[in-house]
Amino acid sequence: MILPKIKVLRSHGRQAIPDLDAVELTPEFRGRPELTATGDTAELEQAAAICPTGALSVTPFALDLGRCLFCGECARRAPRNIRFTNDYRLGSPTREGLVVRPGDRCVAFDTSAVRPELSRCFSQALQLREVSAGGDASIEMELGATGNVNFDLGRFGIGFTASPRHADGVVITGPVSTNMAEALQICYDAVAEPKLLVACGSEACSGGLFARSRAVDRSFFERHRVDLWLPGAPTHPMVFIDGLRTLLGKKQRE
Amino acid sequence: MTYHITDNTAAAIPLRDIPEVPYAEFHADLAEKLADPRYHVAHYFALPEEGRMRFYCLLLDDATSQVLVASHVMEYYDEGVLPSLTAIHPQLHPFERDIAERYGIRFDGMPWPKPLRFPFDRYDRSGSMDNYPFYTMQGGSLHEVNVGPIHAGIIEPGAFRFICSGEQVLHLEIALGYQHRGVEHEFAATGNRLRQTCLAEAVAGDSAVAHATAFTEAVEKLSGHERPAQLDRERGIALELERMAMQIADTGALSMDVGYQLGQVACEALRTMTINTTQAWCGNRFGKGLIRPHGTDHPLTAEKSAMIRRNVAEIARRYDEVRRDIKSSPSLLARFEQCGIVPRDQMAAIGGVGQAARASGLARDLRATHPWGVFAKHISHEPVVKTQGDVMARLTVRCREVLQSARYVDRLLEIYEQKYAAGPSPCPAPDYAAPLAPSSLAFGLVEGWRGEICHVAITDPEGRIVADRIKDPSLHNWMALALAVRGEGISDFPICNKSFNLSYCGHDL
Repeated sequence: MILPKIKVLRSHGRQAIPDLDAVELTPEFRGRPELTATGDTAELEQAAAICPTGALSVTPFALDLGRCLFCGECARRAPRNIRFTNDYRLGSPTREGLVVRPGDRCVAFDTSAVRPELSRCFSQALQLREVSAGGDASIEMELGATGNVNFDLGRFGIGFTASPRHADGVVITGPVSTNMAEALQICYDAVAEPKLLVACGSEACSGGLFARSRAVDRSFFERHRVDLWLPGAPTHPMVFIDGLRTLLGKKQRE
Repeated sequence: MTYHITDNTAAAIPLRDIPEVPYAEFHADLAEKLADPRYHVAHYFALPEEGRMRFYCLLLDDATSQVLVASHVMEYYDEGVLPSLTAIHPQLHPFERDIAERYGIRFDGMPWPKPLRFPFDRYDRSGSMDNYPFYTMQGGSLHEVNVGPIHAGIIEPGAFRFICSGEQVLHLEIALGYQHRGVEHEFAATGNRLRQTCLAEAVAGDSAVAHATAFTEAVEKLSGHERPAQLDRERGIALELERMAMQIADTGALSMDVGYQLGQVACEALRTMTINTTQAWCGNRFGKGLIRPHGTDHPLTAEKSAMIRRNVAEIARRYDEVRRDIKSSPSLLARFEQCGIVPRDQMAAIGGVGQAARASGLARDLRATHPWGVFAKHISHEPVVKTQGDVMARLTVRCREVLQSARYVDRLLEIYEQKYAAGPSPCPAPDYAAPLAPSSLAFGLVEGWRGEICHVAITDPEGRIVADRIKDPSLHNWMALALAVRGEGISDFPICNKSFNLSYCGHDL
């Protein structure tokens, strides 16, 4: 029956976002926060006290995006000090780069911390193996969405593959549950060198809500160097796309 | 037997009002009641309490909308053996496994006494994830297929062990626990109610709204505060948007697995549109941050209401075209029909819930049987029920629920626009510090897109939440998947799996 298919096709239209580097997200989206220091820290202390993951520190005034869930509560408690913008350029090659301080106008991307072989080996094609180790499924769905008809990450030669033997790198989501720690290690070891390691989501970056949980084993991160840290709960597909493009030298952070 | 009889909208229950009955009586009464499919157990858990163990059971009566709460007690020095109910009613299996695994309580005569999720604080730590005692069969023509814990796609981990004769699956056993992060322990370890709400949203990220609603329902029952009807309506809209997004996503996933690319890409685009609608409302594509106790940070505005109505109408129109195409494509029907059948009696025996149960002829839908919030006031919900119990039935239920949810969203927004569009929102800001009733139990029962979600919050004499016991519908329904693939070709496993799309993290907690 062809007629119903033609109807679907016609309604579907063209879905791909033409220029992924020019995407602007809705103003409601909570992305990079902007911090303003004022003399009065009373509101800030209230905000830090309620922060669900302890991402906000008052002295020195800083917000660690690696822990932040982007719930926005601190901006409601201390509106003069914290404001969330819709900037999705959040990825950083260093964990320290995720700490936002007053006056920062972008998340720092320290290109000197990027291993030079990454862009040499992977700038034309990159296949990734995703490992969920305690992730809550939302972040896995967002990574799946990077390849869908809208974002179409495949246009840059970047995709996800089933076997670690076919992969050039590993993307970790979730805080790394103890029960998954060994499987993660086996999967990582199965990827051939040179390989890339991405920590995707605030849970992967710091443990997030489960940073202090005894069911979590984060020793993997002590043994292996992460090439790209991507905050978010969950990480928006644009955060992932922007982070990888910047890491591979296809895009510059101003 | 005596129960504390309540319903899904009543206030919190003081712990002393919940009758404690001898286990023999509890066992006999449940054995009798559960033979009637109008009853099923929504939650059954044990909680240590001043040197003894108290077991709470929430029994739902679909015919009268009542929730029956009972408890029994085990003293510290009691022999830790109880006659198993699983032997009579398999629906208690995951609950008894959980209690046995956590606290070392033995259920006498329990078939299949295996670990459930290997929590870090389990009673017996001699075993681990790596030596899960899989069932084995002997025979020269049999072989085993092991899948997982890491799967081929971008999904969560879980281990599947198939025993096959040729292509045919004789048995599937599912071992979970890889996703265990200690969610319930983190709930008890904090007094920060915002953190608890965020934890509820992280129980299963694809059901963030439903889990957060269940938790805030419990909290609001404990605080006893009235909330404006508009807040209920906004929560209802968020819940139905989440349902639409996920049912569309699963339609797309099923399409992908049978090579129906048109349906797959159309559903991908429609899901993007749905979750972007949620994002334009609250800033997060999964609705995280939208549901908060006692109020909201993202009250509707006239512009947002118009935007949601416009998008939802367009999504429903385009999705209906995909639905019609599926129904008129013999090559798709050949894969979906008569595949992965779970008959009604099996579904009832294992206590199946949600859209999977409705596809097998069990009209279990909390929105109709145990309504709360907006479903108790503005919408009289009529569950979508199919009787075939196959992949096609589960898909059809999804399809019709998307269209149904779109109508609900539109109706609720219409009420909003008539009442408040011109003026300020009647919804207050969230309150994370409202005092809670001491030594009480409150539950939130919410029909998420997968099915029945249950949060039971218990407070201590100071009014602190000392336990939030969570049940995701996946806890019941993983067994339905194992039953669905019996006798099927192993190559049909992916579509059987997608037709359920169960949660690993919701199960493992």
